Amino acid sequence: MTPRTPMPPARPPLPLRTRAAMLLRLFAIQGSWNYETLMGNGIAFCLEPALRMLPGGVHTPAFKAAMARQGRYFNAHPYLAAFAVGALARAELDGETPERIERFRAALCGPLGSVGDRLVWAGWLPLSSLAALAAFGAGASALVVVITFLLLYNAGHVALLVWGLGTGWRQGMAVAAGLGHPVLRQGPAIVGGAAALAAGLAIPLALARVVGAGRVLLGEILVAALLGAVIVVKAQARIEGWRFALLVVSAVVLYSVIR
Amino acid sequence: MTVAGLLPIALLGGVIGLDTVSFPQAMLSRPLVAATLGGALVGAPAQGLLVGAVLELIALETLPVGASRYPEWGSASVVAGALYASDAGSAVGALVAAVLGALAVAWLGGWTMVKLRQHNAVVARRHQAALDAGSRGAVLGVQLSGLTADLARGVLLSGAAYAVLVPAERALLTHWSLPEQWSRAALVATAASVAVGAMWKLFHSTPWARWLFVGGLGAGLLVLAAR
Repeated sequence: MTPRTPMPPARPPLPLRTRAAMLLRLFAIQGSWNYETLMGNGIAFCLEPALRMLPGGVHTPAFKAAMARQGRYFNAHPYLAAFAVGALARAELDGETPERIERFRAALCGPLGSVGDRLVWAGWLPLSSLAALAAFGAGASALVVVITFLLLYNAGHVALLVWGLGTGWRQGMAVAAGLGHPVLRQGPAIVGGAAALAAGLAIPLALARVVGAGRVLLGEILVAALLGAVIVVKAQARIEGWRFALLVVSAVVLYSVIR
Repeated sequence: MTVAGLLPIALLGGVIGLDTVSFPQAMLSRPLVAATLGGALVGAPAQGLLVGAVLELIALETLPVGASRYPEWGSASVVAGALYASDAGSAVGALVAAVLGALAVAWLGGWTMVKLRQHNAVVARRHQAALDAGSRGAVLGVQLSGLTADLARGVLLSGAAYAVLVPAERALLTHWSLPEQWSRAALVATAASVAVGAMWKLFHSTPWARWLFVGGLGAGLLVLAAR
């Protein structure tokens, strides 16, 4: 068993202005995403306000070495990258050796990617969409539907960024303990269950509203949707759902125009 | 179509396209939001919401995971929302035509995102020496360059798509023969197929998910029956 990195001694929080600058930059962490360094440059971009606090400021070799190190390849979920940004800021300001920081950086990539993908992309995002679709199906106005979605989704989004940045800073290179938090371990299954329930509720209600008054053909639509879903699932290795939709909708348009 | 009519759509498409990945990723780019905003821009947010709801069902399966290529729903939804909310919204077949347009633009948008990421790599390589030397200016410059290029990508994509799709939709709808109820039925059945399939792919391994889905479906059908 690998020994855990001990928790670093308590250190005062970063100045509010620095934290605010880092938080704001976290929203643009993928601004220069590319196929070579992925979000590496974004990590350096987010860390820069904290690195200014290195002894001597921005014109020192220590600052430049840290910026160069942090701009290299890095991959993570963009929201959970906040844990990495906080922890790497702490490691740099604590004067950890470059070798330790680089090893730590490499070790963070995998867990921050997979946990974030399951919790946010495959959990929180569909749940928020389905909640808003349920509101739409219940007859809510455009403003209410949009606000429901944006408030719900971004409550989770911003909370993850703030929590990740703070936890990363407090725990530094022992941040693996923070990644074992119940929200990250059990969250995807709980959110997934809630999203499945919301899907069952939202989809028929949303269909009924799109079909409109009188709900003409609604029974046939529900049966066709279930049969279509079986095709989509069976064919998932060969064709993505949106391509399936493109094919079917194109066929409908063609039929309508040439018949 | 005038430049004054096209410009707001292009600019909104640019801002929403930027949200997809680069900034702030607040999911303004989800179809429910983006199409509603597109519709609002031409004075009919409720029409935009309708097309947004159909697209949202189709987009449920899209996971914007790292290096994978996926449709860019943001700019496409702005265009579709504006298209459907414009005067063509009252025509038979307009909803189907707007969704077809959005699917095509989202596909094209996914391709432009790949090109943007390749362009970002070229820019980073051009500044490699400065980045290796830890230049603060180079890091900020590369980041701002990527953000600007993404904004420009969204503006150009949305502007060009709207300029092409408005006359194309009008021409298409003059030949439309399916009754509106059948057109909508085919469209929503397709969107719902993709949505239910997406839910299966995402949650079939989650404990109790299928029973929770069935429970939710029962509740949804009961609500519909009670109305």
